[in-house]
Amino acid sequence: MIFKSLFYHFKESWKNLFRNAWMTFASVSSVAMTLLILGGFIVMTMNLNYITQGVENKVEIRVHIDRTAEKDEVTAMRSKLEHVKNVKSVEFSSKDDELELMRESWGKNSSVLDMFEQNNPLHDVYVVKLVNPQDVEKAAKDIESIDFVDKLQYGKGFVNNLFNVTRIGRYVGIGLIVGLIFTTIFLISNTIKITIIARRREIEIMRLVGATNAFIRWPFFLEGIWLGTLGAAIPIGILSLAYYYLYTNVVERLNVQFLQLLPPNPFLYQLAGILIGIGSIIGVLASLMSIRKFLKV
Amino acid sequence: MIEMIDVYKSYPNGVNALNGINIKIEPGEFVYIVGPSGSGKTTFIKMMYREEKPTSGAVLINGKDVASYKNSKIPLLRRNMGVIFQDYKLLTNLNVYENVAYSLLVTEETRTRMKRRVMDVLELVGLKHKIRMKPQELSGGEQQRVSIARSIVRNPKLVIADEPTGNLDPETSIGILKLFEEINALGTTIVMATHNKDLVNNFRHRVIAIENGEIVRDEVKGEYGYDI
Repeated sequence: MIFKSLFYHFKESWKNLFRNAWMTFASVSSVAMTLLILGGFIVMTMNLNYITQGVENKVEIRVHIDRTAEKDEVTAMRSKLEHVKNVKSVEFSSKDDELELMRESWGKNSSVLDMFEQNNPLHDVYVVKLVNPQDVEKAAKDIESIDFVDKLQYGKGFVNNLFNVTRIGRYVGIGLIVGLIFTTIFLISNTIKITIIARRREIEIMRLVGATNAFIRWPFFLEGIWLGTLGAAIPIGILSLAYYYLYTNVVERLNVQFLQLLPPNPFLYQLAGILIGIGSIIGVLASLMSIRKFLKV
Repeated sequence: MIEMIDVYKSYPNGVNALNGINIKIEPGEFVYIVGPSGSGKTTFIKMMYREEKPTSGAVLINGKDVASYKNSKIPLLRRNMGVIFQDYKLLTNLNVYENVAYSLLVTEETRTRMKRRVMDVLELVGLKHKIRMKPQELSGGEQQRVSIARSIVRNPKLVIADEPTGNLDPETSIGILKLFEEINALGTTIVMATHNKDLVNNFRHRVIAIENGEIVRDEVKGEYGYDI
């Protein structure tokens, strides 16, 4: 039974969008505006996350081993390092490996380093990676107390500052997103309420001729979905174009090492999915909320 | 068909609209409800299609107490009756055909049956040639005919009308009343609240007079009995 009328509701809800063209315009643009801001924040937060993760993965503590340490003492040191809290992995890198690494990073000028081939001044190193890179400071303190540790290298202040900035960024982003979702629901429910007041007569007549509440609700329910989806389509278009431009023109040309953005594919598809999802959910919630009081349920 | 037993209704604002109504209306009757403004006629009518619930007492429609109906059951009750108002209650964005078919839509009639039925009633009310017109392109009398067509399209046993001629000139009102009589002749019970003295006096039917929420008069082929 319900399927026979589903087609009618489908057609009806679509027609209603055009019948109340101005209300539709108002609702769609308010959804579009809020989802645009929301989408902008999602783009920012997710990229900030991505950048932070990139930095987190690069965080390592390079433990320089005292030159006086004997072979068995170096081995003992490894197991001690592995037992330090928060340590994920420990890898040995001999002073020759270190020299090779330096050569690689110096590139063309690396011939200067040839003179050290016979008498390598570098230390053997343990490269320590952490489970939770944000606590690098604490792990470093624990490692310092181990015997035969000459010195530690982990970009002390910089790492800490960056983590603080991104942490604050994350919280502010999430807070703003939650706030915006509520504002959007409120906005749409208000616009739909106006649509319903404009159509109060229709609801009254539906009730008079014996329509069930479910029957009355259907077109409004679908209308909510349309409004939300249409409203989402605009910011999806704008954000996708802007992001794609930013990604291909700005970031790739600048080629800053740690400023890596999420690749547009699949990120933009995910973003579209999220915005359409949020748009239609708030559309439906708002329409159900605003029709309640007219139904005497 | 309709029976009210000791029906009282007081609104939250303290107004006692009905004060102990006892009445019985048989199938196929034609009944006028008359009385001064604010006497309780509209509340009386609203009891029948369960727009209002009595504070106490029973309202039986076909033997079932609709006062005790759950809200979810009201649509089923209304599908078996037609309700007509002074302001027609038509949808301005739908044409004549669609307005009448609206009533069949909620019960999910098939398209062919819907079309046949709608054309039948539009012929009965004399508007078959105006099916594509919008309500605002019609005269008041024609709009009320559309509303009547909508109310009878499902072939109900009961038609309730609250001041159906309130906005119409005398000549048009007579046309509407004759239409009600035609419908009544087909076996449908008609209950009509009205202020129209001429209609009541010229087309004699049962008259129930309500004053201050009580029935003060109930006459077979009665008169209007008030000056206005």
